[in-house]
Amino acid sequence: MAQRQRLAAMLAVLGLVVTACSSGATPTPAAPSAAASAAASAAASAAAPASPSAAPSAAAVENYPRAETLYTSGKQYGAPSTWNPLDPNAAMGTVGLQYETLFLYDPLADKFTPWLAESGTWTDANTYTIKVRQGVQWSDGQPFTADDVAFTIGLATSIKALGSNLSDFGTTATATDASTVVVKFTNPAYQEWSTWTYNSPIVPKHIWSSLANEDILKTTNENGIGTGPYMYKTHADDRMVWVKNPNWWGIAAGHPVMPNYIVDIVNGANSTALGMVLQGGLDLSNNFLPGVAELVNRGYVQTYFPTAPYMLSANTAWLIPNTKKAPLSDPQFRIAIADAINVNDVISKDYGGIVSAANPTGLLPSWDKYVDKSVVASLGPKYDPAKAKSILAAAGYKAGSDGFVTNKDGSPIKLTISVPTGWSDWEVARDIIISSLKAVGINTESKPLDYNGLVAARNSGNFDLLINNDMQIANTPWGYYDYIFHMPLITGAGENRNFEGYENPTAWALVQQLDKTQVTDVATMQSIMSKLQTIQLTNEPVIPMWYNGLWSQVNNTVWTNWPCAADTCNHSLPSTWNGYWQMGAVNMLTQLKPVPPAQ
Amino acid sequence: MRRYFGRKLLVYGLTFFIAATIDWLIPRFMPGDPVQSLVSRQGFGLSAAGSQALVDYYNRLFGLGRPIWEQYLNFWVSLLHGDLGRSVYLTGRPVTSVIMSAVPYTLALLIPAILLSWWLGNNFGALAARRKWLDNVVLPIGYIFTATPYMWLAIIVAWVFGFILNIFPISGGYSYSMEPSWTLGFLGSLLSHWFMPFISLFLVQFGGWAIGMRNMIIYELDADYSRYLGALGAPSGLVRRYAFRNAVLPQVTGLALQLGVIVSGALVTEIVFSYPGIGKLLLAAIQNEDFFLLQGIFLFVIGGVLIANFLVDIAYVLVDPRTRVGMSGGTA
Repeated sequence: MAQRQRLAAMLAVLGLVVTACSSGATPTPAAPSAAASAAASAAASAAAPASPSAAPSAAAVENYPRAETLYTSGKQYGAPSTWNPLDPNAAMGTVGLQYETLFLYDPLADKFTPWLAESGTWTDANTYTIKVRQGVQWSDGQPFTADDVAFTIGLATSIKALGSNLSDFGTTATATDASTVVVKFTNPAYQEWSTWTYNSPIVPKHIWSSLANEDILKTTNENGIGTGPYMYKTHADDRMVWVKNPNWWGIAAGHPVMPNYIVDIVNGANSTALGMVLQGGLDLSNNFLPGVAELVNRGYVQTYFPTAPYMLSANTAWLIPNTKKAPLSDPQFRIAIADAINVNDVISKDYGGIVSAANPTGLLPSWDKYVDKSVVASLGPKYDPAKAKSILAAAGYKAGSDGFVTNKDGSPIKLTISVPTGWSDWEVARDIIISSLKAVGINTESKPLDYNGLVAARNSGNFDLLINNDMQIANTPWGYYDYIFHMPLITGAGENRNFEGYENPTAWALVQQLDKTQVTDVATMQSIMSKLQTIQLTNEPVIPMWYNGLWSQVNNTVWTNWPCAADTCNHSLPSTWNGYWQMGAVNMLTQLKPVPPAQ
Repeated sequence: MRRYFGRKLLVYGLTFFIAATIDWLIPRFMPGDPVQSLVSRQGFGLSAAGSQALVDYYNRLFGLGRPIWEQYLNFWVSLLHGDLGRSVYLTGRPVTSVIMSAVPYTLALLIPAILLSWWLGNNFGALAARRKWLDNVVLPIGYIFTATPYMWLAIIVAWVFGFILNIFPISGGYSYSMEPSWTLGFLGSLLSHWFMPFISLFLVQFGGWAIGMRNMIIYELDADYSRYLGALGAPSGLVRRYAFRNAVLPQVTGLALQLGVIVSGALVTEIVFSYPGIGKLLLAAIQNEDFFLLQGIFLFVIGGVLIANFLVDIAYVLVDPRTRVGMSGGTA
């Protein structure tokens, strides 16, 4: 038995090591804040007993009763690490649930709703006057005033890294009284400003004014002070928890949010998110789940549309050609590519019908009124391999001995296309694109790169073709055209637009002219954009392919009355992604209805 | 004894220096950099000028814009101060704190899985070598578990226990409806979330150990010394004990290797079950090219391998008399 005792001794030593490690890092329970427990007890009186939980063993002692809690996932790709609303990396809900914006913008209704502002009007060409909402409190009890708005605009103007161009417009904001902010511009860009009013969260001056400018982005602002419907409760590396703000102004205004808690789960494997939605452990999944159409058809989960395309459209997926490299520098070659790609194959074989083909201009469905149909009808590319071949031949690209077209000087063409490794839907799309291009004689092969490698290659201009969808839905297509035509070109780590390297001064002048047009002046916007669409369709600097979906699958076990397309439904955007709460998704929370517990 | 351990410690020190240097170099050879990835993930929301300003800000914050030799020196200076740097993708959270919040999960998962499977696997294998029915019936099951691709086995386990039977949760370190507390309920939640990752690891490793031990015992029982002992009339229990003692030596080396690669072993498990351990962190660090987090985790792995090796060196002294004799200058 001697050797057994020795092994046992070894086990004991290891055990001690383990214990020492784990006791050093054991999390201590956080002391609940007074406000949070008040909210919890207020909620408890209305609470129904918990319905079946996804974690059976835990049902007895849960801190957030199932019937009062909304479980979401999809936004958070890593542990929540900052709650600074001015940091684009902030945890799910920091902007929208905790911090609020002056307006909400609903892309489906194309409508601005006053939120922290009561109104905002251009009183003359260079002056924008904001009336702030009365009776709003910060979650520490301080009143929200015009000073906070003026202060926040001041931050955006003085700190470039916060990501707005306000300083270029000669912006100065002054609170003329407790409820009025007058914003003066020397060079106003109406479109960008309209975007700012619903995207930028207002922060409390009485807390943030003590920070030096260089510390504004550094603070992680855990358990910060906001005006929104939710307050920070806790977080762990795999979750973010919000608790209802009992003093939120929306309650008095008659539109209370329903869930007392929102638990956002950090994304894991696709199979995990899928399993949790099916089990009812996740109420709203904004993850991309392959094959979800089948589950909708069988009634396991619900999506915005009951049939194809199932999802709303969130952004356009383009094929980005490197226009600095021959033969992709030739517009005729790019037009041939646009005609060659079999997008319908991508939609049906790759996505199973949960996305739809993009308009040839690439403009999202919510921008339909800006599409010049006559321009599209005469110039828009359609899937037509024969036409693609004839364009190539007419432009002087002749087939070589291997059947693939060659450069005009006779040298062979071999393009590469890259998508981030592991993005399975784009990997399948890439393969379909490759076979489409080969079918018209353009030799193309895949160049696998991981996300970081792809960004590095893209930002150094070292690529042929890649897929990108960085431009999300917004109130105006100005940003969309800035994304495509921005000049001067940016290079290096900060590059975030005009990846194709397309320099067209005429187009860029039109984009700037658009920026200086009032958002209410739809006719002028349309006429400028008609010219931009002509440039797009005769040059194809980027090649629009399909609309990526606003991935959203919901379970009706605990919460119901989700947004959907039917007339009887509410039409809020069902999304927890960055930027979507202030595009009306917060209204989804006011519309949800708890499912009464089964008798 | 002192010379033996002195030499070992010197080798460990050198190994650590070289490994840490390689560890520092590897992320920096990858294409791209963490700030570029971080800013690009924020996409179009930033203006063109703002995006550039943000890159400069992050480079200053993380000391990335400096000459490469200066970054390497800074790395050692901070390391000797016990500072592993700050995670880029987690908004500057100290790497030490990020790792320490994941370590308990990984250790609580792997130490029991590895040691229990080793202990039970060896004993079971030794038993199977002498019981025909065990050898014929149970061991093949071990073969199947060991030969199954781990990812697949884990998904099957998740599907059966989590979905069909619905008795164990399929994701997370503890219930999403709970906050950590010193209560039985919370402990129960920890255990129920721990079970599936644990059992999937245990099953795979158990089969491997049992097969190895069974073969080893059969070999040892056939060795000359066993036959000689038997011929002398020694009770079969005594013979088996000697055989076990010899057969366990390669298994101890195997255990050292297992404990050493403790982190990579749990990577797939932690991803399948969304278990918040080091493996999941490692994947995130690679995906975000987070230099500091990546090198911090690898340092942790290097430390783990060295400590495990050291413990096994000690264990060898205990279980193998030849090592003891060798240490005091004799020959076996």
